[in-house]
Amino acid sequence: MKSKQKIDLVARDLTNEVHEANFIGAKMKSERRYAALGRDYADPDKLRETAGLVKQHTLEHLDKYLEQAEASFERNGAKVHFAFDEDTAKKTVLNIMNEHGCKSMVKSKSMLTEELELLHYLEDQGKEVIETDLGEFILQIDNDHPSHIVTPIVHKNRRGIAKSFEREGLGDYNDDPETITRRARAHLRQKYLDADIGLTGANFVSAESGRIVLVTNEGNARFCMAANKVHIAIVGIEKIVPTDQDLGLFLNLIGRSGTGQQLTVYNQFIGGPKLKDQPNGPEHMHVIFVDNRRTEVLASDCREILRCIRCGACLNVCPIYRQSGGHAYRSVYPGPVGAVLSPLLAGNRFPELADLPKASSLCGACNEVCPVNIPIPDLLLRLRDKAKREGAKEAMKGTPNLAMWATMCSQPTMWKAALTMGHTMNHIPTQLIPHPSAMSWQGTRKLPKFEGGEFRKWFKNRK
Amino acid sequence: MSSDREKIFSAIRAALDPLPKRTAKPEWKRKLIVCNPSGEFSSLKEQLADKLVFASSRYCDSFDQLAETLKAENSTFGYCDPELAPLFEKLDGITFETEYDVAKVNEYTFGITKASAAIAESGTIVLKDGDTSSRMGALTPWIHIAAIKESDIVATIPEAIDRFGDDPSIVFCTGPSKTADVEGILIEGVHGPGIQIGFILS
Repeated sequence: MKSKQKIDLVARDLTNEVHEANFIGAKMKSERRYAALGRDYADPDKLRETAGLVKQHTLEHLDKYLEQAEASFERNGAKVHFAFDEDTAKKTVLNIMNEHGCKSMVKSKSMLTEELELLHYLEDQGKEVIETDLGEFILQIDNDHPSHIVTPIVHKNRRGIAKSFEREGLGDYNDDPETITRRARAHLRQKYLDADIGLTGANFVSAESGRIVLVTNEGNARFCMAANKVHIAIVGIEKIVPTDQDLGLFLNLIGRSGTGQQLTVYNQFIGGPKLKDQPNGPEHMHVIFVDNRRTEVLASDCREILRCIRCGACLNVCPIYRQSGGHAYRSVYPGPVGAVLSPLLAGNRFPELADLPKASSLCGACNEVCPVNIPIPDLLLRLRDKAKREGAKEAMKGTPNLAMWATMCSQPTMWKAALTMGHTMNHIPTQLIPHPSAMSWQGTRKLPKFEGGEFRKWFKNRK
Repeated sequence: MSSDREKIFSAIRAALDPLPKRTAKPEWKRKLIVCNPSGEFSSLKEQLADKLVFASSRYCDSFDQLAETLKAENSTFGYCDPELAPLFEKLDGITFETEYDVAKVNEYTFGITKASAAIAESGTIVLKDGDTSSRMGALTPWIHIAAIKESDIVATIPEAIDRFGDDPSIVFCTGPSKTADVEGILIEGVHGPGIQIGFILS
């Protein structure tokens, strides 16, 4: 492989085992998605388009809906906090823990906490934090990072997991997935009971009623709450939808798009602390709305990416993601959504990730499968433009200088002259052209015979 | 120094102010999201039974059959909502407690609690905090039995959302707790029930 782009280098160096795990995992979920939506709806595109408009509408009136959500949560007895940046978000969590005298946290899956690196921060502050989603738990004991938004350990196989469990004292080596799951069940059960606070993210927020919605298959978010007296929900401000009835639209799409399930197993609608007579569950609920550069994205010409509901469908269908895996994107959000979102959320570190929008063939599959119809290819082009204008070095690697080409294409007379000369290409040994990009391109391909140049003549003389 | 709240709101307004026009909220009808029925059913109960099984839950409407299922799973001691206890006391060979004791979290092998509703189109059991005697009793045992009144079966998800009221914690359960984190292989029973039963009270 000749490319100097970082993502290509990672893809080249993947072991066959990891490559296969990524590829098959993604392909399987794509096929299930297609089957589930086609089985259940005559015109699934209608749902995607509607959901996209609902989210776009909410984002373009976010001041109104965020204010409404805040008022609704407070009416329900939840405490609302706001965090403009990463530091405040982390400190807010720590302060809540200290205020309630909490030492030990169980948490469910949240990509926002990955953005904040919350886990390490709290551990440095002397708190115990346990990830309870099976995949996230395995990442935690391996000190690894998720490679997929929905199935975080898609890059791992059972043998590696069995070794990690053995190392952590969770039993002798056994790579049977059922045994692995039972051992995690027993181990984490005690952790839920020993903890004194539960933290979750939120997949959606209803502004109307002040409810966060959590979508899980394992039931770990239920346990984090049922076994603890304090609940923190940490939420990106873009998660809001206007009404409870809108949630039905999104819940029907998220399970089918992500894993091909009609509904994810558990959809929880949490509006506040438990009822007084209920013996289990949180007596205090804190909702932290986090910006962390989302308003910068809202101000950009890529604001549509904030519609994303993190289903992972665009990762699964993407020919680049399937080859490279999630870690190749060097950021919290991988795949097509990550190629847009990660550089934008990086703020002044944009140039470091400016190559990601180039990790696409612009085939458009990500847009076709997106449950909120985000025009990802358009956004990738806008970011390529931004990278070029800002002269981001990372984005230029391996890119030939196209100044001469640009001049030729913008001058009709030069272009016509070049076309008449096309046939001469057939008589020169092109593989000897001493231009690095021409040599690189032809290293793995053969330039076909030039057969063009007749169209204008034909067009002019046609009857 | 402005608060984080003010910073966020002013950043949102600054981002949105230059927009020449803003997207209107689309009008959509409930039938848009109602999925194709998987067959012809003479009642919501029949459709629910079909969809529970499709979602890997189990359907049951007889006490004898429930007792057999529990015995077959070696599940003879569990937790039961005190208000449902008179109904389920007749289960032969099965005993339970009506106050959930956290010390026995691994001894309760089944939990019986009330369902607030069930959704026929998706095979979903709805648990509201106000109707659940113990969140732990509905979550931690290997088998969860949700007692559903036939009159509480609704056809669609939007109808279930209509019934939310002001309950602070509503759970839709569509199947048993599951994961496919390890190599995409489906395993049931991760943190919650490995067997989810919808029990219809006629």
